[in-house]
Amino acid sequence: MFIAPASSRRDFLKSGALIVGFAILGLPSSGPAAATEPAKPLALDQVDSFLAINSDGTATIYSGKVELGTGVLTAITQIAAEELDLPLDRVNVIQGDTALTPDQGPTWGSLSIQVGGMQIRHAAATARQALLRMAAKKLGAKPDQLVIADGVIRPELGGAEVSYAELVGGKRFLLELDKKAPTKRPSAYSIVGRPIARLDIPGKVTGQFTYVQDVRMAGMVHGRVVRPSGVGASLESVDESSIKDIPGIVKIVREQNFLGVVAETEWAAIKASQQLKATWSNWEGLPDETKLWEWVRGSTIDKDLVTSNKGNVTDALSQAAKKLSATYDFTIHTHGSIGPSCAVAEITNGKLTCWTPSQDTHRLRPALANMLAMPVEDVRCIYVEGSGCYGRNGHEDATADAALMARAVGRPVRVQWMRGDEHGWDPKGPPTLIDLHGGLDASGNVTAWQSEFFIPNGDAGTVPLLAAKLAKLPYAALTSPGNITRDSDIPYGIANVRTTCHLLDRTPLRPSWIRTPGRMQNTFANESFMDELAAAAGADPLQFRLRYLDDPRGIELLRRLARLAGWETRPSPNRNAGSGDIATGRGLSYVKYELVRTYIGAVAEVEVDRKSGKIRVPRFFVVHDCGQIINPDGVRNQIEGNVIMTVSRTLFERVTFDRSRVTSLDWASYPILTFPDVPTVVSDLIDRPDEPPWGVGEPTGAVVPGAISNAVFDAVGARLRSVPFHPDKVKAALQPM
Amino acid sequence: MSQSIALNVNGNAVAVSVDDPAMPLLYALRNDLALHGPRFGCGLGQCGACTVLLDGKAVRSCITPISSVANRRVVTLEGLGTPAEPHPLQQAFIEEQAAQCGYCINGMIMRAAALLAEKEKPSEAHIKAVLARNLCRCGTHQRIIRAIQRAASGM
Ligand code: FES
Ligand code: FES
Repeated sequence: MFIAPASSRRDFLKSGALIVGFAILGLPSSGPAAATEPAKPLALDQVDSFLAINSDGTATIYSGKVELGTGVLTAITQIAAEELDLPLDRVNVIQGDTALTPDQGPTWGSLSIQVGGMQIRHAAATARQALLRMAAKKLGAKPDQLVIADGVIRPELGGAEVSYAELVGGKRFLLELDKKAPTKRPSAYSIVGRPIARLDIPGKVTGQFTYVQDVRMAGMVHGRVVRPSGVGASLESVDESSIKDIPGIVKIVREQNFLGVVAETEWAAIKASQQLKATWSNWEGLPDETKLWEWVRGSTIDKDLVTSNKGNVTDALSQAAKKLSATYDFTIHTHGSIGPSCAVAEITNGKLTCWTPSQDTHRLRPALANMLAMPVEDVRCIYVEGSGCYGRNGHEDATADAALMARAVGRPVRVQWMRGDEHGWDPKGPPTLIDLHGGLDASGNVTAWQSEFFIPNGDAGTVPLLAAKLAKLPYAALTSPGNITRDSDIPYGIANVRTTCHLLDRTPLRPSWIRTPGRMQNTFANESFMDELAAAAGADPLQFRLRYLDDPRGIELLRRLARLAGWETRPSPNRNAGSGDIATGRGLSYVKYELVRTYIGAVAEVEVDRKSGKIRVPRFFVVHDCGQIINPDGVRNQIEGNVIMTVSRTLFERVTFDRSRVTSLDWASYPILTFPDVPTVVSDLIDRPDEPPWGVGEPTGAVVPGAISNAVFDAVGARLRSVPFHPDKVKAALQPM
Repeated sequence: MSQSIALNVNGNAVAVSVDDPAMPLLYALRNDLALHGPRFGCGLGQCGACTVLLDGKAVRSCITPISSVANRRVVTLEGLGTPAEPHPLQQAFIEEQAAQCGYCINGMIMRAAALLAEKEKPSEAHIKAVLARNLCRCGTHQRIIRAIQRAASGM
């Protein structure tokens, strides 16, 4: 394709930034990385790893944590600007570049502020003290007589002043990060704690923002992948002549079972990938989807992990006046980002550079080096934001695809997955099966709680790269579903408790972590079963939980939730749920995330159509305590988003597959929630400025499925124990036993 | 054989040279004309991320053959306004902070622009019905609705 605009091409280029390579690559021009200086440090104990004062008085922050669409970039800017006493518009953040940013860990687990932000806060606080000392020397004053405003230091009582730029502009601090350096008192905050508008939104709503999908390089070509007909199928033959009518094909890239096409234009690459005739071996190694839960239960247990053990649960269960048992399951989910995975890779002079939306560039780098047998020093991964990222999706895989194809053609290659690649081949949230047993004494008190979680064995870690697997290149063969044992234990003070995770030797599809991994599935079962016990005891679900809570923050939160949601104290089910087709109900769910941080309580209001089995969630109330709030509107945005996404996962979503491969390959076969079904989310934030800030992006999702299940029980007296709550399951649950 | 197709994009007369007249408009906008507003989401007409205005109507550029838009007027997100001079809808999306990743927002704004051109003050239910085939994974829906209502009340 060739462009021959009849009028001003220049205007298009100006607004569209055809080639953005340098802008993204670029070191800050006034930054400290002058050619004569040693490479910028990346170690976590050095101030210079995290920040630099530039000669124009602006600051550059180097953040290993990246903006995935959650508002972290703005929050980190707030934290740094606050601690440095600089206006927001003089703080610039570089994210996730393995050559420039310290490895602060992957952007996962709601740790960006709690861990990453606090490292930056400490670096900034250390820098601030150093700046005060330097200024004191220069001005002949004592540091405690000085005040700072907008990057200028002067004696409180007046006199000569000195700016950050004059003190260290363009130079290094050469200072160890001091975790004990005094940080600002929260009562003096003017930026942290405020609903500062997100810095990225104006560009995003006007088409000026550069997503990874928009990255274009000089000489760049377009790659598309052709995936096997079955997860484990081998490539038998490729008919190259099948695409010979398409102009602009650069190469068919074939390495073992990796198959891709590279073309001069994107459309040619797409057409070629769809038209290319390839023969694959027949592979039918996936389990029968209709018997998934038997298959999970029949898997071999690699090991048991007892996540809590208190009292004697066996005795307590055998002595209980009333015993309850239930099995819960939670299906396989896909990430479903609206934009598919995409990356650009270039190999020049034996060095690989990738522009990638990976949430974890620092671990992607060695994985790519391993795959391509390159020294890790010769690989650089530069983060560029993609479509919303909710965990380890296909971003890393698309980057590996691009790297492999760039190696094959010797030009920069942009790979964007098609919708079916994304739905079919991103790593999935694994299926979870949970057995629960509870015992009540004669007066309706819980005396025993026992649970068993059937989940794949593995850790949070590194998901093997698809390209490396298919091309039979080196990769670390790990199973990484993502710390999914968390929140298998419970926040309640029950005398006899044992919670066990059975870590299984297999799971059907490549697993990874999707927003609230494990914590969502586990809390769904725990909070629904807690409701079952409350109902068996004839108790109000909220009062029942309060009986077993001695954590003052948890108690305060539930009391506020009762007020926010107008909670009516009574047992479930609701006697006045309505006698027509539509029954209404309300349900509660509570969690202390991972039992150590963010507290969330939620009430779902539902309408259940008895005839069709369809559930609607018109309103959803959340009370949220994450300690110190950096940006209250950012927190609310995350709560709303997480509620809506999880309502979608709970009501609608299920990955389907045949014996060969995933069959839910688009939005028709994997429907998600749409506007007409969107609940109104009402949130109440508990701000504790003097407490450490905890995570926000994930925790709310944990309480959503349980709250809906409990609300359905309240409405119709039937328990939904299997996510998603499809109408057929609702109708089956409504059948009289 | 490549052929040249003339169209008007954001008020500019342009010509795009294509090998395949069936190529969807989206690729011409993104690759030949270097626009970032219209986005690839599904390529199947299912999500709305690629929406543009074609002679004032919202269409999905991922399934609109370039040959069908010859000599017609295409407006993209860039054609509505800029950060310095945003369109009322863009301004409302900023004021309501109606984005998370923002990837779907092009479709939301372009579809809403077509809606507001037809109907001055749509109800919430009407907005929801019109956007029923525009997907957002981040769960920004509530803010998107508020932003459209805000724009409608100010326009
Ligand atoms: S990209 Fe066009 S509708 Fe999804
Ligand atoms: S804001 Fe991310 S998909 Fe809508």
